[in-house]
Amino acid sequence: MSGILKNNKILMALVAALVIAPLALPIAGEFGGSDDQAEGVIQQVAPGYEPWFSSIWEPPSGEIESLLFALQAALGSGLLCYYIGLRHGMSKRKD
Amino acid sequence: MHIMEGFLPATHAIAWTVASAPVVAYSAWRVKKVVEENPSTKLLLASCGAFAFVLSALKLPSVTGSCSHPTGTGLGAVLFGPWVMPVMGSIVLLFQALLLAHGGITTLGANTFSMGIVGPFVSYALYRMVRKSGGSLQLAVFLAAALGDMSTYCTTSVQLALAFPDPVGGVLGSTAKFLGIFALTQVPLAIAEGLLTVIVVNILSKTSVGELKTLNILGRGAQA
Repeated sequence: MSGILKNNKILMALVAALVIAPLALPIAGEFGGSDDQAEGVIQQVAPGYEPWFSSIWEPPSGEIESLLFALQAALGSGLLCYYIGLRHGMSKRKD
Repeated sequence: MHIMEGFLPATHAIAWTVASAPVVAYSAWRVKKVVEENPSTKLLLASCGAFAFVLSALKLPSVTGSCSHPTGTGLGAVLFGPWVMPVMGSIVLLFQALLLAHGGITTLGANTFSMGIVGPFVSYALYRMVRKSGGSLQLAVFLAAALGDMSTYCTTSVQLALAFPDPVGGVLGSTAKFLGIFALTQVPLAIAEGLLTVIVVNILSKTSVGELKTLNILGRGAQA
């Protein structure tokens, strides 16, 4: 177990398998958001409930939404990879 | 997936905000202290926030036929302790509430409670337990990140159930229904988050030995 957890190549393959499996297996579902499903349950247990506040701003289209999600991921991975690259270079220089 | 805008009654929204706000304020102070005491770890701390930023943006498919996203809060909780995460979690949630209409301002307190507070504290507690009982760093990080992720979504389910009790089964019945959506969907994603967090820690164990020793993750005292 510990050996597998130390091998990043195996770990990456496992992550890829976990993400691909639901799409590859014959699973019924539209792969919508779990929050939309939760909304369905709320309507079922409290049929009269009306959201009393709506988002101040919403992305005008699915394209803009995906732009902003991509931006979020890019900013995060950008900083993380900058840090790892920086430290990698520094640890190499010490050797 | 977080509780959507307007989907908690006002009293619940306010109560969760009142519960989370002081923790976030204290967390901000702790972040400042960590940076002052160990300036060399500043960039690593920022990178832990960045990790949460990336993982929260990745909506992944699950075996339930729906999608959800990991939280990424376990890494920072393990490396720096849970107190640095509430403020970072709330920043991620605020970004998504304002720019992506994901989560919401009225539900920010409740979502911060589940993702910024419960998740990181569960992660940290598990990490300490596994390390103390002699488990490897990797195993401790995996369990901490995966189960911290699960605990966030279990909290979300309970929060929604408290607001929307089932007419027949009450809060418990409703909790079961929400868990059936959030927790079930989350199982493979939580495993993925655990694995991704171990990948990052494996890389850090090579590139950032100094910082990980400062933080007592590597070296003597790491298991105490």
